[in-house]
Amino acid sequence: MPKEEFVLKGTSACPGCSASLALRYVLKAAGPDTVLIVPACCTSVVQGMYPNTAVNVPVVNVGFATAGASASGMSNALRALGKKTNVVVYAGDGGTLDIGIQALSGALERGTDFLYVCYDNEAYGNTGMQRSGGTPLGAKTTTTPLGKPEVKKDIERIVAAHEPPFMATACAAYPQDLFRKVKKALSIRGPSFIHVLAPCPPGWRYPTEKSVEIGKLAVKSGVWVLYEREYGQLAISSPSRTALKNPIPLEEYLAPQGRFAGIDPKTLDILKQRIAKNLQRLAREESGVC
Amino acid sequence: MLTVATGNKAVALAVKQAKPVVVAIYPITPQTEIVEQIAQYVSQGDLSARYIDVESEHSAMAACIGASMTGVRTFTATSSQGLLYMHEMTNWAAGARLPIVMANVNRAIGPGWNIWAEHTDAMQERDTGWLQVYVSTVQEAYDTTLMAFRIAEHNDVLLPVMVNLDGFLLSHVMQPLDTVEPADFIPPLHLPHTVDPKNPMGYGTLTGPDEYFKFRWDIERSMRDSLRVIEAAHKEFFQRFGRTYGFTEDYRCEDADVVVVSMGTLGKEVEVAVDNLRNEGIRAGSMRLRWFRPFPKLDLMNRDVVVIDRDYSFGFGGVLAHSIQAKNRTGVFSVIAGLGGQEVTYDDIAGFVKNRHIGREYWFGVSDNV
Repeated sequence: MPKEEFVLKGTSACPGCSASLALRYVLKAAGPDTVLIVPACCTSVVQGMYPNTAVNVPVVNVGFATAGASASGMSNALRALGKKTNVVVYAGDGGTLDIGIQALSGALERGTDFLYVCYDNEAYGNTGMQRSGGTPLGAKTTTTPLGKPEVKKDIERIVAAHEPPFMATACAAYPQDLFRKVKKALSIRGPSFIHVLAPCPPGWRYPTEKSVEIGKLAVKSGVWVLYEREYGQLAISSPSRTALKNPIPLEEYLAPQGRFAGIDPKTLDILKQRIAKNLQRLAREESGVC
Repeated sequence: MLTVATGNKAVALAVKQAKPVVVAIYPITPQTEIVEQIAQYVSQGDLSARYIDVESEHSAMAACIGASMTGVRTFTATSSQGLLYMHEMTNWAAGARLPIVMANVNRAIGPGWNIWAEHTDAMQERDTGWLQVYVSTVQEAYDTTLMAFRIAEHNDVLLPVMVNLDGFLLSHVMQPLDTVEPADFIPPLHLPHTVDPKNPMGYGTLTGPDEYFKFRWDIERSMRDSLRVIEAAHKEFFQRFGRTYGFTEDYRCEDADVVVVSMGTLGKEVEVAVDNLRNEGIRAGSMRLRWFRPFPKLDLMNRDVVVIDRDYSFGFGGVLAHSIQAKNRTGVFSVIAGLGGQEVTYDDIAGFVKNRHIGREYWFGVSDNV
């Protein structure tokens, strides 16, 4: 991994912010000839305040609902000018799964040459942790104080339905895997999408030093499956391949997180069933059954 | 070259000649002919632009913003609901100081669904930092679209420009059109804040209470400077192509006792009304306002003023009437007419002048007012 840093000192990220950690690896992989497009999200704040910036590539802040469309315009203009500059969106789950889903869908459908990275901290983090479409079943947020009654929106299957040439999942707890996937995404012409699980200490209510550990527990329990799908061909990534041979109980992932405190057995059971179903589906797809 | 075209086609022709690099448009009646025409130019190779088939107007403006930030010329077009839908991003375009040119085919706002002419759509954009110009003929739509690129991209302006033309009354009306070769009338665009990975900067970064207002003032300063840039563009256009434009188009105003102020195609009806009134011995004149933002100083002293608004601000009044009253400190007879394509003839307008009642508002066609 290159030593050059593009996320510099002076960010206003919370201690233990894994979204910022993921951005560090994303930009190391993308390199200096990159424009970062950021809709309203934690990264709007994390990048620093005018007249300073803590990110060493151009950061274009755009309207909340517009990441996909803004990237479409920028990518088309740069390609028209004969430039190969990477156009990388760095957007949260709210800006991707909820308010920005239309613009994302449009950009994917139009075959826009860009990489869309959704860092998913499973709530509206920047406004203080309100429920989003990305919030999992049973998780407490400031607007679901009793736990979210609905399941997490499956953005990956929505994106997959657009048949982008490359899509993947990742987590900052596995930097090499994330780095490699960003490199691959940017080497492929057309739209690519990487869904990054971004554990959030204040939002998920766990100690700041545990972000990497929580990310690993997510993968080891099968809550988060690392995979990539290149031209429709699915491949489970090696950390998940290893972990899923002998997954840890879901409770080990949930226990350190205050947002799941007091989760009822019925909800826990549904979560477990959904994990199993997802693993089954991915395994079938990988083996070419479906 | 002499030809015949609709208002929409005239706009598309001017855009083709201005050679934007990126065009992002979403179809909407009565603008659709513009999107279709430009798509055809691109597909035939007559216009070498990236044409982005966006999935909404909000995305159309966002895509133009993204493209414009790379320093290239951009264009979009919309109407009514579409303009309202992109409202968040029209603010963004001006705030980001991007010289995007947009044609807005003025149309009423639902409900009920109404596809006919009204200016309330664009009036709701008046505080966004966009320059706004209203045209009345096919020729003017063409000429003004060419000028819009030059004015928007001028280094002392760098603000987006909206060219407004009345739905159907102009967008779909065939009139003679004399096209020109713009050549360097529209100089190459040099955006000083072009995004450049060799010089990484933050764009639209979080800006605190100690700094934000300075950017707002900067927009207003450029808006004021644009008065001079517009005037110069009018002058240069006349010198090159022989057609005269101003902030207003005045018709028989010099000795007028009563002046009718209007915008868009209504202004042409007013001119006929003025001729007829003068035949009856009433010294009337027509002042058709072209530029609504920046709002020019109007010469309306010492005469009666009748203002026709094809728009309305509920709980307040006709936007044009009140703008004129505020800017000129003069009383006016405010007529609200032509909403949602309501037919307004020159005889109706002559009637407004004869029955004027300075200081009052009159809704044309409504029985329980005045």
